[in-house]
Amino acid sequence: MITVRGLARQFTVRGRTVDAVKGIDFDVAAGELVGFLGPNGAGKTTTLRMLTTLLRPTGGTATVGGCDLLTDPQGVRRRIGYVAQGGSTWPDSRVAEEIELQARLYGLSRADARRRGTLLAEQLDLAGLDQRPAKTLSGGQRRRLDIALGLVHDPALVFLDEPTSGLDPQSRANLWEHVRRMRAEQGMTVFLTTHYLDEADSLCDRILVTDHGTIVAEGTPDELKARVTGDAVAVDVADRAAEAAELAEQLPGAEEVTVAQDTVRFRVPRGDSALPELLRALDGRGILMTSVQINRPTLDDVFLSLTGRSLRDSEAAPPAMEATHAA
Amino acid sequence: MLRDTGLIFTRDMRLALRSPTWLLIGIMQPLLYLFLFGPLMVTVVDNTPGFPSDDAWTVLTPALIVQTALFSGSFAGVGLLTEYRVGVVDRFRGTPASRSALLFGKVLAQAVQAVAQSTLIVVVTLLVFDLDAPLSGMLLSLAIAAVLAISLSSGSYALALILKSEAAFPSLMNMVLLPLLLLSGVLLPVTRELAPGWLYALARINPLTHVVDAGRAAFRGDLSSTGLLTGCLVLVVMAALALVWGTRTFQKENA
Repeated sequence: MITVRGLARQFTVRGRTVDAVKGIDFDVAAGELVGFLGPNGAGKTTTLRMLTTLLRPTGGTATVGGCDLLTDPQGVRRRIGYVAQGGSTWPDSRVAEEIELQARLYGLSRADARRRGTLLAEQLDLAGLDQRPAKTLSGGQRRRLDIALGLVHDPALVFLDEPTSGLDPQSRANLWEHVRRMRAEQGMTVFLTTHYLDEADSLCDRILVTDHGTIVAEGTPDELKARVTGDAVAVDVADRAAEAAELAEQLPGAEEVTVAQDTVRFRVPRGDSALPELLRALDGRGILMTSVQINRPTLDDVFLSLTGRSLRDSEAAPPAMEATHAA
Repeated sequence: MLRDTGLIFTRDMRLALRSPTWLLIGIMQPLLYLFLFGPLMVTVVDNTPGFPSDDAWTVLTPALIVQTALFSGSFAGVGLLTEYRVGVVDRFRGTPASRSALLFGKVLAQAVQAVAQSTLIVVVTLLVFDLDAPLSGMLLSLAIAAVLAISLSSGSYALALILKSEAAFPSLMNMVLLPLLLLSGVLLPVTRELAPGWLYALARINPLTHVVDAGRAAFRGDLSSTGLLTGCLVLVVMAALALVWGTRTFQKENA
């Protein structure tokens, strides 16, 4: 659905050249929900604006929805939906008006546009708000309206830029539900950017971790976590803890095995698949296991080990790059 | 493209009609001129030898129409910058709609609004003051207002998209507009008899002078005058240049 090769964008700010995106490559298959995870200023929005034809790349090529980004931007626009980061509604426009106009700009007839608007309003919990000016909507409602506007033409591929940025936890969870459902029902391909770990973790099939305009890692949330640190496992045994530790050391990939009283701790790439093996081994020696804990590494651990800094730290840094987009 | 132009035009007009304060704000200034400056002008006209007309209202009214169209057109870019900030412009630009249509729709809505304001000015002058102008001339001046609003708003949109600064844009506009207005003889015609040579020369270079002259010729019923022809030619050239500039800016990939 998306093929990106060497895509790059430079900005010149006060005579200084800044590489916002430094020649990235990636692919997104039809039906996938892929997240672009990185701190503010990593080049996420710049990448998205290039893929949605709003910004011309300074290097590289891309095919989006089967159309070449550079030679057929019109084709790309017809096939994709785009929900921008900061929202996209005019405060005085009414919900129904915005949806109808957006649909008609995609070539739908007035009747089709209205039908589509009613359907989307239902799907996105906006029913009954059609005559409300956008400025009177809550943050979550306005965000769902943005998403409705991105979906008016029923695109097979939709780009969401920071879909839940600035929303309260309840509205975020609600929005995730909508994204999951619409994708399940319509088989949409979704490409989103986020700087929230939990969002990438719970929503995405696959994550591209990005920092300073490059992609530093790629994989499913679980793969990324497994690859970097491995799960932390803690096993409590009734007795013979030292003997249990020896067994744990024989597990493939086990590291950092320690014993403290009746607790054996170790790290292993996949705790859930290592555990049955350990159980069998303990059983064979007649050692009784009393409890077990597996702690999966978080994406923050992943980001830390990849870039040497925590995603939460980078979030606090001033969003220098993203701010220059308007310039 | 026609269809998309219509869609954007309808949107802008609907929003304008929903909060018609723009109409009142836009008309406030010319009304103040009519009531607080017009009576002075009558005396000045009567006592100034060499004044191009002996009727103050046929001098002042078309000038106020030009001024109103000039202001509302020039500041159209401010509205566009607000739309840009809240993401509306990018949303439209992300659709397959023709990017020229986005410009044309907005520009046409500006033209209609300028005509509405100008009509109000004419009606008030007819009702309250003893304006004596032919209907054809008044209609012609409305057409002038429309084309002027088209060229200025198109230029204003282009400049706004290039500057992309809601703070800098209005100050820049004010800086450009005041000398342009003074040099166009909006309040007092800059004629060879009244003005020193250098001022007259400067005024002649100012395209707006010719537009104001054309409006006045129309109000005098002087439809065959060279002033009217020159003014209309200047207007058409201005509009063409501004529309080309606007279209190019709107089509630029990263504007």
